[in-house]
Amino acid sequence: MDLFEYQARDLFEKHGVPVLAGAVATTPAEAESAAAKIGGKVVVKAQVKVGGRGKAGGVKLAEDAADARLKADAILGMDIKGHIVHKVMIAGAAPIAEEYYLAILLDRSNRTFLVMASVAGGMDIEEVAHKTPEKLAKVPVSSVDGISLAQAKEIVAKGAFPADIADQVADVLLKLWETFQSEDATLVEVNPLVKTSDGRIIALDGKVTLDDNADFRQPDHAELVDLDSTNALEEAAKAKGLNYVKLDNGKVGIIGNGAGLVMSTLDVVAYAGEKFGGVRPANFLDIGGGASAEVMANGLSIILGDPDVKSVFVNVFGGITACDAVANGIVQALELLGPKATKSIVVRLDGNNVIEGRAILNKANHPLVEQAETMDGAASRAAELAAK
Amino acid sequence: MAIFINDSTKVIVQGMTGSEGTKHTRRMLASGTKVVGGVTPGKGGQVVDIDGHQLPVFNTVAEAMATTGANASVVFVPPKFAKAAVIDAIDASMPLVVVITEGIPVHDSAHFYAYSLSKGKTRIIGPNCPGLISPGQSNIGIIPADITGPGSIGLVSKSGTLTYQMMYELRDIGFSTAVGIGGDPVIGTTHIDCLRAFQDDPDTKAIVMIGEIGGDAEERAAAFIAQYVTKPVVGYVAGFTAPEGKTMGHAGAIVSGSSGTAQAKKDALEAAGVKVGQTPSETAQLMREILGR
Repeated sequence: MDLFEYQARDLFEKHGVPVLAGAVATTPAEAESAAAKIGGKVVVKAQVKVGGRGKAGGVKLAEDAADARLKADAILGMDIKGHIVHKVMIAGAAPIAEEYYLAILLDRSNRTFLVMASVAGGMDIEEVAHKTPEKLAKVPVSSVDGISLAQAKEIVAKGAFPADIADQVADVLLKLWETFQSEDATLVEVNPLVKTSDGRIIALDGKVTLDDNADFRQPDHAELVDLDSTNALEEAAKAKGLNYVKLDNGKVGIIGNGAGLVMSTLDVVAYAGEKFGGVRPANFLDIGGGASAEVMANGLSIILGDPDVKSVFVNVFGGITACDAVANGIVQALELLGPKATKSIVVRLDGNNVIEGRAILNKANHPLVEQAETMDGAASRAAELAAK
Repeated sequence: MAIFINDSTKVIVQGMTGSEGTKHTRRMLASGTKVVGGVTPGKGGQVVDIDGHQLPVFNTVAEAMATTGANASVVFVPPKFAKAAVIDAIDASMPLVVVITEGIPVHDSAHFYAYSLSKGKTRIIGPNCPGLISPGQSNIGIIPADITGPGSIGLVSKSGTLTYQMMYELRDIGFSTAVGIGGDPVIGTTHIDCLRAFQDDPDTKAIVMIGEIGGDAEERAAAFIAQYVTKPVVGYVAGFTAPEGKTMGHAGAIVSGSSGTAQAKKDALEAAGVKVGQTPSETAQLMREILGR
């Protein structure tokens, strides 16, 4: 899960990373009172999980609380690269002397953690890495060893930070490491980390990504979920414990077992759909291994509840999952939905108990259900039905 | 031959007394795997009867190895306790540890992977993987044993069900070993490790490599193939239609910005001379053409 800037700021503050005063607001009135509390000039910043908000007009300086209200009014509701602004952060203003960059992240390629540090902060770090790689220090950190103070100082030296602030930056790095570890983050990034004209080091803007797999030991993370941008179907699926992602501009609803096979099913449908005017898959839905009839029924009702869906493709290879359980799930789901089920369902079953599974569907002989022998054939038929 | 496991591999099951552990121990035994015991801390000394096999339970992997001579372990322990289980196996210098558990925090898997490197004795496969099978010899994990039999194809895949699908498509030819390496961001054994082993395995004639969006493991594998692999390789990559920034089921299956896309992976593999199929069945067809079957 990616966090908003204000959430990252709060996590930084919790772990002692120096930040400016800041508060989140969802209305101009809230923005005004937050600005009054902070006092003086403030910055009103759109809270969107996408880069380039400054250029898009999503960050504005306000002279005082009344002005913050006006600026918030202008920013709230903006569309920044397809992201609607529902919240603004009101932050204290600081006289910036220098801008730096500091981050800790999971380095998948090398299967370790990585610290990145640079005195060329405030801009897109990928551009820095590409154009002036010598200005970006990259230091791997082992999960077993962690970062010691001595190592933090070495990293700061490698990043060529000025001597007068080196100790302060090393201290920030240690606190970021604490944030990274204790919050189960896969990214903590400060860009920019600033030196103010009076010599303070402050994390001015931050990005944090948290590991969803760690939710069981991070109870506080539940309240960080962004409900404004959660799709209703995704929400309903999550409540049923299903792994579902809604896709744009799709017409074929997809259900399958196993993440890889479902991803592949989406691709095969899009590929087959080219012959039918560009029909595309409407969703990703993985019912997982050992899926029961109930899980199948839950999945099917979510898919059939999506108004974009014109046809459904159920693609199951029975490994642990038994095809007869899947077939029973389809039959039960259709009984449950009754006249609400109006879309054709193409089913391809293979693997564990396939003969029993196909026989169950044949016997039920439901007018909406047709079976296909192969994955490619089923994809093509589902795309054809969706294009009608 | 086959890679990593064969008919002399002796397996212990970490978490054997749990419901998933028991269920899959039964399946592994039924497919002829030499399961010799289990490990559940606090339950040492018990003996569990699974379909007539009397399997001793130990408190630690070290005890289990000393008593049974096990040289592989499979982990069915829930995410909360998986890290401790894998560390226990590494401390015992267990040569092969197959981690089936899905949903392990990446800080935990990064930790046990780094720890295994520091000790230098243990190969980890997974986590979040279906395990591996050398048909007719040994089956460690949850791959169905009855899809196909022994043969000349080696398979390495991030995905379980695509592994099954591909084994099914090529069931008349058969496999030396099929390895599901898992869909997490940090895994113990990579495509490259398997490609190297298949290249060196005299029983493997050709290799199927299945990848998916996220990370750059496939690109790295492509570079390795160009340099090292002389056996024919066919490839498949899933996730062309995945939107940016969304996790597609597997924790590691995510396109971030412009990196980790299926197209980039396909391009890299093709540049290395790998024939890449557009669908699983087309990929199987490419393999048939190579083997003349």
